[in-house]
Parts: sequence; structure tokens; C-alpha cells
Amino acid sequence: MLDEQDKNVIRELQKGLPLVSRPFELIAGRLQMSETELIERVRSFERSGMIRRFGAAVRHHDLGYTANAMVVWDVPDGAVDEVGQSMAAFKEVTHCYQRPRHPGWPYNLFTVVHGRTRDECVQISEKISKKTNIANYRLLFSTAELKKSSMRYFE
Amino acid sequence: MNLDDVDKKLLKLIQADLPLAPEPFREIAESLGIEEAEVIGRVFNMLEAGVIRRLGAIFDSRKIGYTGTLCALKVAVDRIDEVSAIVNSFPGVTHNYLREHTFNMWFTILAESKTKLDEILDTIRQSTGVEEIISLPAEKVFKIRVSFELD
Repeated sequence: MLDEQDKNVIRELQKGLPLVSRPFELIAGRLQMSETELIERVRSFERSGMIRRFGAAVRHHDLGYTANAMVVWDVPDGAVDEVGQSMAAFKEVTHCYQRPRHPGWPYNLFTVVHGRTRDECVQISEKISKKTNIANYRLLFSTAELKKSSMRYFE
Repeated sequence: MNLDDVDKKLLKLIQADLPLAPEPFREIAESLGIEEAEVIGRVFNMLEAGVIRRLGAIFDSRKIGYTGTLCALKVAVDRIDEVSAIVNSFPGVTHNYLREHTFNMWFTILAESKTKLDEILDTIRQSTGVEEIISLPAEKVFKIRVSFELD
């Protein structure tokens, strides 16, 4: 379980790293801990997996990856593990999750496919379909972004 | 913003991992053979331009005790603005997109507990009047990669 100080560290870290020579010293000062203690705490968060990555989150649009599609697949239940791993191995696939089916919603494997154009996403999906033998799938392109924000924890 | 070669190399480095060290920008500068002040300046510009959305810790919401799900809704076209205003008003809703399907609105939501999450979804059902909302929590994660290859 996270103690109050852990939560304080998370609250400060999610504001982003200050652009100064000694960013951890600056944050540590606000938390009344030492720079070394803070860095150690961040390392332990990383070891335990609470911090997935410490670095820059980049807007893909600005890197020329203007198209992305959520591609949903209807995979036989017994094959989900194998197919999921196989799809995850494609470099164009950035996310791959198993999710439940619902009445009117037969798709149980979700991937996000990135390409430079819409056509490229279609081609990548065809390639994945052939490789994994999953024929029942759909591309759901986004037509509008209604919200995109970073989560603020413990606020 | 046009990225030059140094920007691209810098992005590649700081996307993968920023050193957990007292002077992270100095370490990056050394591996690129430029000054620390230049690294900080370039990062500042890319943040300002929105190329970098955020710099620092990217948390695994589950590991810090949050529960999340992906929801899909069928919303009548003339009600999209109204419904999205309600959905987006919850701070735990981090992404919301319109997509080409009869389930046309897709949002992700995080909450401190499953109970809290279900409460919010009930509130959304009641205040929007949209009955067809399916919740599709991840049962297994095969890949989540946030870093990108730059050519």
C-alpha cells in the first residue's frame, strides 16, 4: 500500500519534471526530503512497476504518424494468448489487449495500429490478419478527439 | 514545429528513458555531445510546441491502485456534444474519441476503486440517458508501448 508520502511524491511527479539542472533537488525541497531519498523512491517505484517509464510522452501526430486505428478482432477464446502475442510482435502495433465480448459486440482482442496514412493502417491490418488467420475484424478510425488528458492521481 | 536531427536524437533518448540521476539533462547532453543548456532549451521548445506532451514519470494506473476500463456508447448524432460534455466532466475520463461504428463514442476512465468506477458509470448512464454503454476492461495486456521509432 502507498503511504501518504508516496502519494505526495506521485502528486509532485505528475506535474512534470522541472527544466532545471537539478530537477529532483527542486521537487525534493517541496516534499521535505533529500534529493537522494527522492531519486531512490522514484527508482523503487520503477522497480515495482508503478512507474512504467520515466521519460518524454510524445504526440505522435507531430512525428508524421497521423493515422491510427483501433482494430478489433474476433479471436477464438482458446487462441487469444497465441494470437495476442503474435499481434503484439508487430512494430506498428502499440497496444494489444484482451477485452470481454458483449451481446452485439463480438470482438475480444483490441489493437492500436499506427500508420502514416489511413491506407497504411488498412494494409497493416490485412497483413496482421493473414499472419494470424483472424478474418473477422474491424478498423475503427477516430473521427474526432473529444478529450485527451493526463490522469491526475490522488487529487 | 520542424525537428532537426539533434531534436530527433534527443527525443529518441528521452522517450526511452531519462536518467534517474541528480543531473539528468547533463547526462543526456554528454551522450549527444552538446551543452546541458542546449538540451534544456530544446526540450523546452518541444514542450511549448506540444511535440512533447509531458516529461517525467508515466505511471501504471493499476499498480498504484486505480481501476480502469474502456467504454463504448451508442449516441445519437444530434446528442454528441451534450453527451460528451457530461462524460468529459469526470476527471477520471482521460481519453474520449468518436469512432466510425454504431458504438460511436469511446472513452477511457480511471477511478480509485471498482466501486467508485461503477458509481461514475451509473451516473453517466443516468445523466445522459444513454442506455447502451458497454464496459470493456482489459483482461490481459499483451503490449503497451509508448515509445516510437523516429527515422
